[in-house]
Amino acid sequence: MLQWTRRSMLAAAAVIAPLALGTTAVVSDASAETVLRVIPHADLKNLDPIWTTAYISRNHGYLIYDTLFAMDEDFKPQPQMVDTYTVSDDKLTWTFVLRDGLKWHDGADVTAEDCIASLKRWGARDGMGQQLFGVIEELSAPDPKTIVMKLKSPYGLVLESIGKISSNVPFMMPKRMAETDPFEQVSEHIGSGPFMFKEDEWVPGSKVVYVKNPNYVPRSEPPSAASGGKIAKVDRVEWTYFPDQNTAMNALISGEVDYFESPAVDLVPILSANSDIVVEVNDPLGNIGFARFNHLLPPFDNADVRRAALMAMKQEDYLATAVGDQQFWKTCYSVFPCDTPLENDVGSDVISAGDTEKAKAALEAAGYDGTPVVIMQPTDIPVLSAFSLVTAQKLREIGMTVDLQAMDWSTLTSRRAKRDPVADGGWNMFHTWWIGADVIDPMSIAFSGNPEAGWFGWPDDAELEEARKAFTVAETTEEKQAIGKKVQERLWAIGSSGHLGQFFVPVAYRSNVKGLIKSPVQFFWNMSVE
Amino acid sequence: MSVPAETRPALEVDPTPKTAGGGNPTVLSLVLRHPSILFGGALLLVMIAVATIGPIFTLDPVAINPILRLKPPSAEIWFGTDYLGRDTFARVIHGAQISLVIGLAVAVIAVSIGLFLGLIAGYIRALDAIIMRVMDGLMAIPAILLAIALISLSGATLGTVVIAIVIPEIPRVVRLVRSVVLSVREEPYVEAAIASGTRLPLILTRHILPNTVAPLIVQATYICGSAMLTEAILGFLGAGIPPEIPSWGNIMSEGRTYFQISPWIIFYPGIALALTVLAVNIVGDGLRDTLDPRIARKM
Amino acid sequence: MYVYVLRRVLETIPVMFVVALFVFLMLRLAPGDPAAVIAGDYATAEDIARIRERLGLNEPIHIQFMTWIGSLMQGDLGVSIFNRLPVTTLIGQRLEPTLMLALTTILFTILVAVPLGTLAAWKAGSLIDRFVMVFSVAGFSIPVFVLGYILVYFLAIELRWLPVQGYKSMWEHGFIEFIKHMILPTLTLSVIFIALIARMTRASVMEVLQEDYVRTARAKGQSEFKILMRHALRNAAVPIVTVIGIGIALLIGGVVVTESVYNIPGLGRLVLDAVLARDYPIIQGLILFFSFIYILINLLIDLSYTFFDPRIRY
Repeated sequence: MLQWTRRSMLAAAAVIAPLALGTTAVVSDASAETVLRVIPHADLKNLDPIWTTAYISRNHGYLIYDTLFAMDEDFKPQPQMVDTYTVSDDKLTWTFVLRDGLKWHDGADVTAEDCIASLKRWGARDGMGQQLFGVIEELSAPDPKTIVMKLKSPYGLVLESIGKISSNVPFMMPKRMAETDPFEQVSEHIGSGPFMFKEDEWVPGSKVVYVKNPNYVPRSEPPSAASGGKIAKVDRVEWTYFPDQNTAMNALISGEVDYFESPAVDLVPILSANSDIVVEVNDPLGNIGFARFNHLLPPFDNADVRRAALMAMKQEDYLATAVGDQQFWKTCYSVFPCDTPLENDVGSDVISAGDTEKAKAALEAAGYDGTPVVIMQPTDIPVLSAFSLVTAQKLREIGMTVDLQAMDWSTLTSRRAKRDPVADGGWNMFHTWWIGADVIDPMSIAFSGNPEAGWFGWPDDAELEEARKAFTVAETTEEKQAIGKKVQERLWAIGSSGHLGQFFVPVAYRSNVKGLIKSPVQFFWNMSVE
Repeated sequence: MSVPAETRPALEVDPTPKTAGGGNPTVLSLVLRHPSILFGGALLLVMIAVATIGPIFTLDPVAINPILRLKPPSAEIWFGTDYLGRDTFARVIHGAQISLVIGLAVAVIAVSIGLFLGLIAGYIRALDAIIMRVMDGLMAIPAILLAIALISLSGATLGTVVIAIVIPEIPRVVRLVRSVVLSVREEPYVEAAIASGTRLPLILTRHILPNTVAPLIVQATYICGSAMLTEAILGFLGAGIPPEIPSWGNIMSEGRTYFQISPWIIFYPGIALALTVLAVNIVGDGLRDTLDPRIARKM
Repeated sequence: MYVYVLRRVLETIPVMFVVALFVFLMLRLAPGDPAAVIAGDYATAEDIARIRERLGLNEPIHIQFMTWIGSLMQGDLGVSIFNRLPVTTLIGQRLEPTLMLALTTILFTILVAVPLGTLAAWKAGSLIDRFVMVFSVAGFSIPVFVLGYILVYFLAIELRWLPVQGYKSMWEHGFIEFIKHMILPTLTLSVIFIALIARMTRASVMEVLQEDYVRTARAKGQSEFKILMRHALRNAAVPIVTVIGIGIALLIGGVVVTESVYNIPGLGRLVLDAVLARDYPIIQGLILFFSFIYILINLLIDLSYTFFDPRIRY
């Protein structure tokens, strides 16, 4: 009897299972479609690229949304959704006319009203957006295709702001979405970009699917970074997230996926050895390692102590430990990325020396009293974890007391917002990186000297702020470079942050994938599978 | 029937109670009857020796050395190095200490708390229902999930990891102790003792505790083994003790990315862990067979 | 008997309540502010305060608990903090791979472990018995993920017999693809389970073989096969089934690890990601869900005894 029962229960389970699952199983016919199967660099947790600055959400945004202006390869803003624009002689009135044929994924026309609402929502969240809206007198839409922006005073970064390439990117959304509270996430995902988000196939934590937008009208220019014609050359883009690098690599080697966005540098030898796989560096600017001090708390409330710590930071040691193969990193002693217009060497000797003895002497002269340095180590991000370990070793070598506290990145991001003393959950140091494009000019929040509105760490320097403000009205390249030097001089003088050099994250893909666009941001248009 | 432990060989309680001090075997007879225990015991002793004095002789397990990243095992670097150029041999040896300490701490704490709660539940009828319902609830939560959640929510330290592994182990100890208490209570000599007004502490120490010793020792061994495995799994999932502590789980977790180019980072701690847990389990089986022949026959 | 069934069903209520209370307290009393996590990188103190307000985190804790239990009763497990989807939807998306992995594992385990254990008991003391005993100790000593990596390394990377990772639905990709992707995870997950069940089967069958009625049957000249099948295995079934029920918890733990090694988008990965991201509603929902499954399966197993084993009376 009992045996019969067991068997019947199993049989029942086998019959019920398909019935129960029939509703959740997703049936798709992929036979005739071209699919680009991608391993993204992270799991897409948030779908609202205005609400979060996460790069993965930004990449998602570029697939489904479009922008008014977009950066080209030379970091010059070019019209994207905008057809023509004019500036009045007094530089106070900007008029933008939208291209013909722009449609939302639900079929409705893109209107100037939609764009104004989108700009406003972005302006409430983004740093550059807040600056821009500080000088905007009025935004109006005299007709459905024309946006008029009236300024209170001339502003040199109008196009650079609305054509910003990285987070938060001012993506255009329908008005009803753009009217969502900027501190809540949007609940729909309707854009006007070259791909459409397949909400019914989204499996958070695992899979994201985009399909080609058949109604998208691309520009006629060839693609150049974010600008130019965005032509979808595959029917579907499928992101499958792999938490394990080793498994991801094997999936690429066996052809289970086509494109691996951020393989660990240490895996490159195996990938390069495979003739079916191409490995290359796609972002010419790479990432900039960043050691951030908390300027509010001892011992780093003292500029001389911060500068002493900078002297100990030898970029080679950070990069060799965290990145490895020298092919993928280089030292850079400018606060603006090397090989960009504002690169300079004013005051850089404080970091380029990497001299333990000099640092030790400077620390003693600064009157360091043995206050322990709490370093937050995000152990789930290998590069940052390694940076933290190197800093701990360096600071100990020059005689500082270090309290290395391991945590995950999400804990770090909530704790770094605390201005409280260490005893109440505060901190002294953490490490991060910026993509080069984010720190290309003084407007980056990374360079803020305003403790009220600035970035975590809260440096306070009026002279720095004045220089950054001057940048917003600078016109010529010479003027901008001069301001860049001034900003850099102040940043080193106050020991704002440690710059740990430039490193490059390669991409790896099957050799039948073509049309990858050179850019600091991963785009999926123009890519095809042959 | 009593419920066997889920993550280790099933264990049943001997329903025939023994009086204090009765029939404990000598070490010699134990070894003679179960030659496998000699093997397990020797292996365990070697591991304990390595964990205790080994760290004195190794390199610094946390010193970073960028030049020596991911070097394969060689005559100089026995177990190779990891992605930060740290010496895997030194890390595995230090890891032995950490694993054994965790195993031991979890076993001692789980058995102590379980013994306490089990005695109360078995003896005080009013509290029995409450304690056992709480234990049933705890048992229904999958141990690994419970541990991961507890650790990540309360912050990963050595202490929280031990506690997180202890909590799911407690219900099984409580059940074991309770069933011993219930069966012993019914014995005529215990009933007589109660009737003649012997005080509770005396009844507990004289009649009840001695009967729990043998099954608890066996249970503690199994808890020790499974705690070491759980630590490794937690470390592997990135939810264990802080990564700067070179536990076996952490070493293996950091080796995941490099599994194909540097398999030694996972290989050596994996072998060390499997051997240690094997040794503990063999000793546990031997102890069970010897201390409690009735269970032995059933298994 | 109906009284027993009713009592046994009612007994699960306090257990569920304890689980719910425990899960709630664990998450609410833990340090770390969920509002700060949600608010993200650039949030100000005011933003965080607004989010606290919206989540009801400013309410007294017993009110929060009552609200939470109230929505649980309606089958509402809450909404993920990060992707704003209902937890029940997320569980629905991830259920299939986990359920299939559990089913293949249980099936494979029973097919291997029960015959192995029976054989070992029948030939007690023989070479095969020793092998089973050694295997059952060793099976408990190898970490699941180490075994997983070894299998992947040899069978998928070196020999290229099987895919490295992933899950293919039977309904979408056909049975062959499904099985190909299932073999390695199932093998990995089964080992510890086989060790447990084989050992239990051996012990139970051995005990039955010493009973008087088995001796009688032997004396009557019944074939050994018949004795094993009709008497030994049948009567040993109750403890074996019980262990399978209890092993569900073990299986759930193993699923978290196995899904992580093989990149299977199931519930195990969901809970791990949620824990690392501090997505409280998902953690709560999944622990409750798994506990509920565990309680339910063990309830069914218990009840099956009363229906089908005439010797058990309550």
